[in-house]
Amino acid sequence: MDTMDPTPKPKLDLEVVRERLSNAKGRHYWRGLEEIAETDEFKNWLDDEFPHRSTLLSIDRRSMLKYMGASLALAGLSGCRGLFLPQTKVVPYVKAPEELVYGKPLFYASIYTQGGIAKGVLVEQHEGRPTKIEGNPDHPASLGAADSFMQASILCLYDPDRAQNVTQSGDISTWETFVSAARDAMKKAGPGGVRILSESITSPSFGAEMARFQKAFPGAQWHQWEPTSQDNITRGSQLAFGRIVNTYHDFSKANVVVSLDAEFFASMPGSLAYSRQFTDGRRLEKPTKSMNRLYSFESMPTITGIYGDHRWAVRASDVENIARTIAGGVGVSVGAHGAGGVDASAINSIVDDLKKNRGSSIVIAGQHQPPVVHQICHEINAALGNVGSTVMYTEPLEVQPVVHLDSLKSLVDDMNSGKVKVLLILGANPVYTAPMDFKFADALKKVPFRAQHSLYDDETGGQCEWHLPEAHFLEAWGDARAYDGTLSIQQPLIEPLFEGRSYAEVLSALRGETTPSYDLVKSHYETGDAKVFEKEWRRWLNQGTANVPKSAKANVSPSGSIAAPTVIGQGAEIIFQLDPTIYDGRFANSGWLQELPKPVTKITWDNVVHMSPATAQSLSVTDEDTVELKFNGQSIQGAAWVTPGHPDNSFTVNLGYGRTRGGTVCEGMAEENLGGAVKRDPWGFNAYALRSSNAMDIGLGAVVQAAGGLTPIATTQIHHTMKGYDIVRSASFEKYQEDPTLKPENAEDRQELEKQSLYPDQVFSYNGPQWGMTVDLNLCTGCNACVTACQSENNIPVVGKLQVKKSRELHWIRLDRYYVADENRDDKNLANPETVFQPMMCVNCEKAPCEPVCPVAATVHSHEGLNQMVYNRCVGTRYCSNNCPYKVRRFNYLNFSDNQEQFNTQVPPAAREPKAHGIELLRMLNNPDVTVRGRGIMEKCTYCVQRINEARIEGKKLGRDPLDGEIITACQQACPTKTIVFGNIADKDSQVSKWRNDPRAYRVLEELQTRPRTSYLGKVRNQNTEISGEAGA
Amino acid sequence: MSSYEDLDPLPLILGDQTYSTIDEQIADVVIDQKRHNKKTWFMPIGIAFLLVNVLLVTVGWLLYQGIGIWGNNIPTAWAFDIVNFVWWIGIGHAGTLISAILLLMRQQWRNSINRFSEAMTIFAVMCAGMFPLLHTGRPWVAFYWLFPFPNILGIWPQFKSPLMWDVFAVSTYFTVSLVFWYIGLIPDFATLRDRSTNKYQKYIYAFLSLGWRGSAKHWHRYEQAYLLLAGLSTPLVLSVHSIVSFDFAVSVVPGWNITVFPPYFVAGAVFAGFAMVILLMIPVRKMYGLENIVTMKHFDWMAKITLATGLIVAYGYTLELFYGWYAGTKIEHELLTWRMDFFHKPYSWAYWMLILCNIIVPQAFWNKKCRQSYFWLILVSLSVTVGMWLERFVIIPMSLMNTYLPSSSRMYYPTIWDFSMFIGTIGFFIMMMWLFIRFLPAINVFEVKDLLHKMHVQKRTHKEEAVATTSGGTH
Amino acid sequence: MAQLFKPYSNIVARASIVVGAATPVLIGLAAAAYSRSPYNTKVEVPLNQPVPFSHQHHVSELGLDCRYCHTSVEKSSYAGIPPTETCMSCHSQIWTNSPLLEPVRKSYEDKTPIVWNKVNTVPEFVNFNHSIHVARGVNCNQCHGPVNDMQITFKGRAFQMQWCLQCHRSPEHYLYKDPESASPRQQVFNLYMKLQEKGVTGLSPREQALMKGEEQESGKSEDVLEGKEIVKALGVKTQQLADCSVCHY
Repeated sequence: MDTMDPTPKPKLDLEVVRERLSNAKGRHYWRGLEEIAETDEFKNWLDDEFPHRSTLLSIDRRSMLKYMGASLALAGLSGCRGLFLPQTKVVPYVKAPEELVYGKPLFYASIYTQGGIAKGVLVEQHEGRPTKIEGNPDHPASLGAADSFMQASILCLYDPDRAQNVTQSGDISTWETFVSAARDAMKKAGPGGVRILSESITSPSFGAEMARFQKAFPGAQWHQWEPTSQDNITRGSQLAFGRIVNTYHDFSKANVVVSLDAEFFASMPGSLAYSRQFTDGRRLEKPTKSMNRLYSFESMPTITGIYGDHRWAVRASDVENIARTIAGGVGVSVGAHGAGGVDASAINSIVDDLKKNRGSSIVIAGQHQPPVVHQICHEINAALGNVGSTVMYTEPLEVQPVVHLDSLKSLVDDMNSGKVKVLLILGANPVYTAPMDFKFADALKKVPFRAQHSLYDDETGGQCEWHLPEAHFLEAWGDARAYDGTLSIQQPLIEPLFEGRSYAEVLSALRGETTPSYDLVKSHYETGDAKVFEKEWRRWLNQGTANVPKSAKANVSPSGSIAAPTVIGQGAEIIFQLDPTIYDGRFANSGWLQELPKPVTKITWDNVVHMSPATAQSLSVTDEDTVELKFNGQSIQGAAWVTPGHPDNSFTVNLGYGRTRGGTVCEGMAEENLGGAVKRDPWGFNAYALRSSNAMDIGLGAVVQAAGGLTPIATTQIHHTMKGYDIVRSASFEKYQEDPTLKPENAEDRQELEKQSLYPDQVFSYNGPQWGMTVDLNLCTGCNACVTACQSENNIPVVGKLQVKKSRELHWIRLDRYYVADENRDDKNLANPETVFQPMMCVNCEKAPCEPVCPVAATVHSHEGLNQMVYNRCVGTRYCSNNCPYKVRRFNYLNFSDNQEQFNTQVPPAAREPKAHGIELLRMLNNPDVTVRGRGIMEKCTYCVQRINEARIEGKKLGRDPLDGEIITACQQACPTKTIVFGNIADKDSQVSKWRNDPRAYRVLEELQTRPRTSYLGKVRNQNTEISGEAGA
Repeated sequence: MSSYEDLDPLPLILGDQTYSTIDEQIADVVIDQKRHNKKTWFMPIGIAFLLVNVLLVTVGWLLYQGIGIWGNNIPTAWAFDIVNFVWWIGIGHAGTLISAILLLMRQQWRNSINRFSEAMTIFAVMCAGMFPLLHTGRPWVAFYWLFPFPNILGIWPQFKSPLMWDVFAVSTYFTVSLVFWYIGLIPDFATLRDRSTNKYQKYIYAFLSLGWRGSAKHWHRYEQAYLLLAGLSTPLVLSVHSIVSFDFAVSVVPGWNITVFPPYFVAGAVFAGFAMVILLMIPVRKMYGLENIVTMKHFDWMAKITLATGLIVAYGYTLELFYGWYAGTKIEHELLTWRMDFFHKPYSWAYWMLILCNIIVPQAFWNKKCRQSYFWLILVSLSVTVGMWLERFVIIPMSLMNTYLPSSSRMYYPTIWDFSMFIGTIGFFIMMMWLFIRFLPAINVFEVKDLLHKMHVQKRTHKEEAVATTSGGTH
Repeated sequence: MAQLFKPYSNIVARASIVVGAATPVLIGLAAAAYSRSPYNTKVEVPLNQPVPFSHQHHVSELGLDCRYCHTSVEKSSYAGIPPTETCMSCHSQIWTNSPLLEPVRKSYEDKTPIVWNKVNTVPEFVNFNHSIHVARGVNCNQCHGPVNDMQITFKGRAFQMQWCLQCHRSPEHYLYKDPESASPRQQVFNLYMKLQEKGVTGLSPREQALMKGEEQESGKSEDVLEGKEIVKALGVKTQQLADCSVCHY
């Protein structure tokens, strides 16, 4: 990475920016600060004549024509395929599975668990290999939607870097050897000497197994550790109710929501359901006079706060006082406290709004907020009578609910005091994630017998004698509870590819039994007549949720008194947050998630030090400048990133980067020089190094200073001048009532355009379906689910950081992020700008500029109005991309499909050899219905044409056209908020036609007369008129 | 015996020449080995050869890796590749113009430079020809899918695409220029055949001269064929670059879709072409002592044409600005700032360099002294050559970087392979030129003789007139 | 000065002009011919198989229905290659110790699949769907040649795009109706039954052509008219049928 542009960059002049914004006419949209500042950074870029030299050597080590790449390349020689291609074989089953039909995918219901909590999935399976993960419509936590984590977990299944064998200090061993060794050690260990450290677990069957285990080995203790900050929630409920309960919300009943630094659209177990419920209160299909409202107090801008009708950029440590102020307003007795730096009148009107909506409002706190804030939220919700209607309490989901920090602390103390003789780590990676003051690695060394059982041989694995491969959730049986306590069965789709086993299997093996996970799970629920249960069991598997009682409702009311406010310390604030794409680091080896742009900043492959424009100015640093971040006596270096909407004098760092072990992708970029020497450079920096048990989430007294030099960051957006175009329409609810078209003054009038047009109105003389899509920007939260869905459905390769930096990423969907500058606002814009997202994929123009310019007719129009892209005809002149006003075409500049980061099987420790070869393994992931594009070929979105064809053929067999709703595109399917609608626009009653004719409907760049088939619906913000004007957004 | 200066202060042939002196001067450059020493021949071609190897390495790596080794990206999918293509095609324009149009216009002065500039045309078009194929993602299919023939796929190329038109325009232009050039060479091959002493040399030139015996019949046929070809290639001079300009003019890309492109491109091409002729002619003239056949008068003429076409090009730039303003759309205005805002926009230096090189510097040619001084001739033609390359850079990648949706605007940076490819083609060009000088008559022998003949006649008539006047005066 | 070339060199010169002009054309023609020839297309080139399976025996002599082995031909894009199990359902009873069937028995015992050489292939960027073609009454032989007569299976047609497009551009020339069959789908398989009962002579000319594996397109105007009727009846959208994305995506 150090090979990337070493040129110094000029400073961002914020005065210029303010000045420019203040005399901006009309609403105009801009995308970055430097674009308004118009700094000279690019000129300096030019000083380095050839940036990114290393690209040429570091990527694409493989021969030009091979496997799929080859056959596609040879497509040109289709006249002579017989000459060039080898004799292909065909291998039938010996005994075919009865439900299987060759060439037809099968779908199985299962669950995906994160932090132990379940989300329902449907897994697509082609001839026995899982290829795609979708949401399970019958599961309360998913409702048919799927977030990026769920969908990307399929990539992990085929990840060649996954732990494949049992290894003892690096050498391949067997389960048998391990079990006997472990049993001996445990026998010797004596009471209290045996410890299990797992992540948080909600699986009842595992609980039962653990009980059996502890019976077999008396005194064996079970510790749990999740680096995520759910401890605050747990402690909060202890403060409020004197015991641990599980809290979940029902946003469908909420008219007013106050978010205290809570990102309930993304980072919570119920996020998918919450997104759906909340946005359902904002749908404008039919004219409505009411709309729910979201007030958001936020530190680091998240998609939730950005979506809010009002957003205040406040330091995370000020949120407590804001909470107290609101609490006082609704009549909760709280001690004296400061204002929290927000205008009192604004908070008063929020309080009024809340009081108006007793029983139909929610006040929710972010999980990185201290326990007392959660306690206050409980109090407020109780005072507003929300409990039972919008706020629900159940018994804890975890089998053994604990405060993880204490649980880990006691383990570490015992390790240091030498009590611990045997430590078995299930899944967790404490060496990397434990608070740095615990010095876990050192403590671990004091344990004689230590083993880690996990998907990847990671930092902790490096410190353990034994490493045991964990079974992927598609490889083993299990069970878990969803955010609301619903229990589901985890159903595998494939035999373990390697030697993986489930947690429960390992424990039972150590007990001396070798019960397969299937029996461990099933026997736990088996009751009564076996035959009857068998039926029931199959029904559970079929619907994806088990028909057993949810976690019981907890009848609690907040009793504890609220402690007096802790004195807010001085100095700059540092905030530790989970990374929006690689979470706590567990997904660091997933190329899909690494390359997925962070929703707000559009950064890929790295974490940065987020700071507000003003703060950046005071430090005189700007994007990509290397800064040194000192906290807790530790210090790290990372790239500065100017983040509009971030509070001043506060810095946010994302956890999960700076991984040093655990797979070739997460360990950073492998640069193979011609000499063959390989250098590795981890992505980003390790923020855990600053995180101590007394400041797990928010700390004060952080010191940041410019360290000189640059840390290049690959973003999918570049700071560049934004034009006064009518690209994203957004307006207040009031304006929407007056003029539902939301048309800005400078917008072209469609009727006028149609009149001027020389084209005939009827472009096609064809009476069949006409495909079209509509995207409702009012519902889009910018969560990225569609991007991953598209990547998974359409075999889109990962290109790697250097190529993203060269702006060659291949995602077919962009989530364009625009900041809104409004003439009647001052430079507050800069501090806290209104922000909108716009999903942009090929809009399938009826008069597509790309079509006439292709010399070989590789992109042509279908009679159903699709702008077809014929990969095997493309010769790669790239003229189509030049002529595309939307720039939604993507080009395979190199042989990316065979050179994804995962394929790079360089420098694995000997322990991980021999491993299945990357390419063969990852190729099993490909969707057989979509051509894998080789090098030199243009590609783009065609509305999931493979799904259209499937539906058309099935329809034809029944003698009809596809029905409305029969074709669901991948992006549409994954979207948690049902933002995207696809269908036949020739059919006036279809959903898409209705949306297309909605007054809010408009088409981007309509004035070019490209006649896009994708139209957009404008965004509406339901602002509180008492506040708007002084509110941030 | 007086020479021609007293007739014309700046004649097309200097000194007291006879047919045989002409033959010696030109033909012996080829026949007489001693005329090529280290400095004049081996050094230039040696350097050129090295550059050709750079080209070969680049192309090899390109075919192995894919065009990802270049800096091209989305949105800037065309950059150096197409810039170089258009630049070379442009340079290839002077030749045909000189040989065909000036022939039809009966311009005597073309005789001493047409052979040279035709050769230049052919080699320039060769360089240009590499890019359209190599810039595609899959050249191994592009090279035959772009030609229309009944195939097993049952589909045809798409004739609506300007790239298709390019294929035909360029290939036609190349073929015609080549034939034109060869026909012109036949009589000179015969001369070489007759003068050469070495047996093999004799045979080779005899073979190439296709049995030319210089009979009246031969000359008659020859004149006809030559005239026909001239007529045929005259429209090509205009058509080729018009069609190349369509690659841009028919698109929706701001900065490309401008109706003035065809004439503006053609003028630019002639501009660049003549600059290149001057640039190459000067050293050759010195090295092989052709001062009295390629005279300052020739350079004077060429400088004038350069100046004239330069003014047309300047007009083109003005119109571009006008369109940008008159279009009245935000995007067009953005483009103007993007090109011209020197203090904020990264690539604006390219635009101002271009203005300097193509508009300001050539104005020197208004001055006769500059038109006839080596220094100025070289300076101006160099700056024009650079300027024309920059013009294409400003038009192609710079327009692409500035997109309709700001979200997709990204920067373009060339890589080392972009440059090596470009330099490599220059090497190829120079190598071909020097081989040409070495083995073929760089100047059209018989046409110069023809010119000499005409001048003799002129002189004789002049003398007679003088006699007549004096005798008349005695009455 | 002596002549360098003898007079006959004029003839050589003239001849060389002709040759020079002809050569590229000839090369082109040769390439075209090659790409269409069995050397390249492998049409009618029998492949060695682990088991010398005879369609002729199983279909024409024993009268097995295609769908007995190719189970998914009506449901899915793939016709399906039968699992060993299917073979054994008969061959566990008959020919139980025929040496030819040894590989089959072995596969069944060791649970290791038989690896056949693939006879008919389309490139992976072509999405061909058997079920819809069957549903339209396109007979197997239409694309696979006289399968019912194949002792050793060979490729019946070169699956070159041009050839596919003939039918996709003008289906009315290829679709036909068998009055004795209830639906297009049935007529596909009935044809082989009829062949059993009536023999080749009992079939309509077009059906005979099919059975012989000749190109079955009919230029006869009444056939084309009938074809047009069928296209209408089945609601085949001819315009859309030749769209690229019908097969390529």
